[in-house]
Amino acid sequence: MNRKNNRKGVTGKISRRTLLGGIIAAAVLPVNKLFAGALQADEKLLHDLDDPTKLPGPGPSPLGKRSVFEQPVRKPSDISSRTPLQDLHSAITPADLHFERHHAGVPAIDPAKHELLIHGLVERPMKFSLADLKRFPAVTRTCFIECAGNFRTGKEEMTPQDILGLTSQSEWTGVMLSTLFNEVGIDVKAKWFLAEGSDAAVMTRTIPLAKAWDDAMIVYAQNGEAIRPEQGYPIRLLLPGFEGNMNIKWLRRIELSEEPYMTREETSKYTYPVKDKIRMFSFEMDARSIITHPVYPEKVSKGFIEIRGIGWSGRGKVQKVEVSTDGGKNWQLANLQEPVLSKAHTYFRYLWEWDGNETEILSRVTDETGYLQPTLKQLVEARGPNIGGYHMNPITAWKVKNDGSVWFKPENYTNK
Amino acid sequence: MALAFPISLLLCSLGGRFEPSQAQGDLQDTSKRFRKFGFGRTATAKEITAWDIDIRPDGKGLPAGQGDVKKGRLLYAAKCAVCHGVNGTETPGVKLPGTALVGDTSAKARPKTIGNYWPYATTLFDYIRRSMPYNLPGSLSDNEVYSLSAYLLNANKIIKADVILNAQNLAQIVMPAKKLFVMDDRKGGPEIK
Repeated sequence: MNRKNNRKGVTGKISRRTLLGGIIAAAVLPVNKLFAGALQADEKLLHDLDDPTKLPGPGPSPLGKRSVFEQPVRKPSDISSRTPLQDLHSAITPADLHFERHHAGVPAIDPAKHELLIHGLVERPMKFSLADLKRFPAVTRTCFIECAGNFRTGKEEMTPQDILGLTSQSEWTGVMLSTLFNEVGIDVKAKWFLAEGSDAAVMTRTIPLAKAWDDAMIVYAQNGEAIRPEQGYPIRLLLPGFEGNMNIKWLRRIELSEEPYMTREETSKYTYPVKDKIRMFSFEMDARSIITHPVYPEKVSKGFIEIRGIGWSGRGKVQKVEVSTDGGKNWQLANLQEPVLSKAHTYFRYLWEWDGNETEILSRVTDETGYLQPTLKQLVEARGPNIGGYHMNPITAWKVKNDGSVWFKPENYTNK
Repeated sequence: MALAFPISLLLCSLGGRFEPSQAQGDLQDTSKRFRKFGFGRTATAKEITAWDIDIRPDGKGLPAGQGDVKKGRLLYAAKCAVCHGVNGTETPGVKLPGTALVGDTSAKARPKTIGNYWPYATTLFDYIRRSMPYNLPGSLSDNEVYSLSAYLLNANKIIKADVILNAQNLAQIVMPAKKLFVMDDRKGGPEIK
């Protein structure tokens, strides 16, 4: 469906209520002429929306909506839903498009009854209500959360959402975990803490105590408003740069301990073969990038094309993103959108003049530790042929064909 | 001109209050603050016991009680088989809602099951008790969880059929896959790991 047809299709569905809203809004204005004009809005006018200057629109409303012409959606499966990265124009993910992954559905939690318990190796075990948490000095931080199992391949007809839509970015607000740990007093013997959710999976993960003294937070707001139920309402743990699963949602309990708990999610899941061994406790998400425009199923024309995308690293700031427009032979620096934040999706752009010949376009990121995003081949060489689906961050290539069509370039690799 | 007077008055009245001081600087840096805010309350022992259901590999947290393979087999048929299959094994061509639990127990065999992939037996008790069965999590008694753990460990050839499982012997079990697990050694920098 092309843009024009799409527009007409949507126009036909604009509800009578939306239009009547406009008429009513016009009716309360003390402008008789306008009122009269609106009343004359007959069936012909209801369908004649090509000229928005000829009919007053609806008035103010309590809750805004997207334009009927814009319909970005997550892509749900049985266990997750993916962010439409190709539909976004900057690094923040609208809260209703933030990816989801949960293990027993989204719980309904009454914020007035929800409490956070901190106990174990502490001087004083304590419970905090949501109101208590909001009284502590608050901090706001923008960072990404990425699922450790964020890698799909296999066919040309894949969008960024299909390949790695399990990464999203928000501006989170809450209290530093270190503030709460000062409040309860941490025993010097404590080296780890268990975080537990209040969902039907009663999800648990063990986290090194050092993360709490570094940058861990308990957050209650996302992009300025209360966090969404799918993101852990009323509170979640935020561990910037760590794999998504550890950022426990619907958080109800933290227990300080000398040793890890070896929960199901940190042993039988979120672990992966590395040659003859199984690697566990992989916390940081390594640096990764992807071009989000132009991508499948877009069609481009000869001439100037601004290549756009995102780069990020769980270990700090993006140092640079390079783009290749000749299948990886030559690489040029892309412009990074300021501000470049630590452990955050960083938007990049590179102006390309396409000569109309078939080629491949790719991006690769380098983070501030000097880590350069690897190829799939390099990852397989480092980890062995039984490489699993966790912590995969290979360079993604897109094929641009002579007719301007853009396709994902899936690469074969041995799995299972 | 009419506005100038109230504004200057405002500035004067606020000048003293918002002057930055060393004390306020310390208050802003919460990471360096060791005084208590006094928000929140002490948790009671009863509240802690109600939620403290985790179990560590050293057995800390395992409750009193016991279970056996025979009882576990019956419980499995009644409450688990509907999602994990009659024997808990992977059936080619059949997609079950639950993962395979029983399989080839030699390490590195696939599919990943309790016998060839789970490094700690305590995790089995912890996970079943907190989140299974999927449609009624938290509904099993401690004895039932011991029995189900015994059945699944026996089906995976980890323990014998006559073992009565309890807090003491569950923590003693050494799983075959434990020797395969290594801590992550990625650390950033130029090396691909």
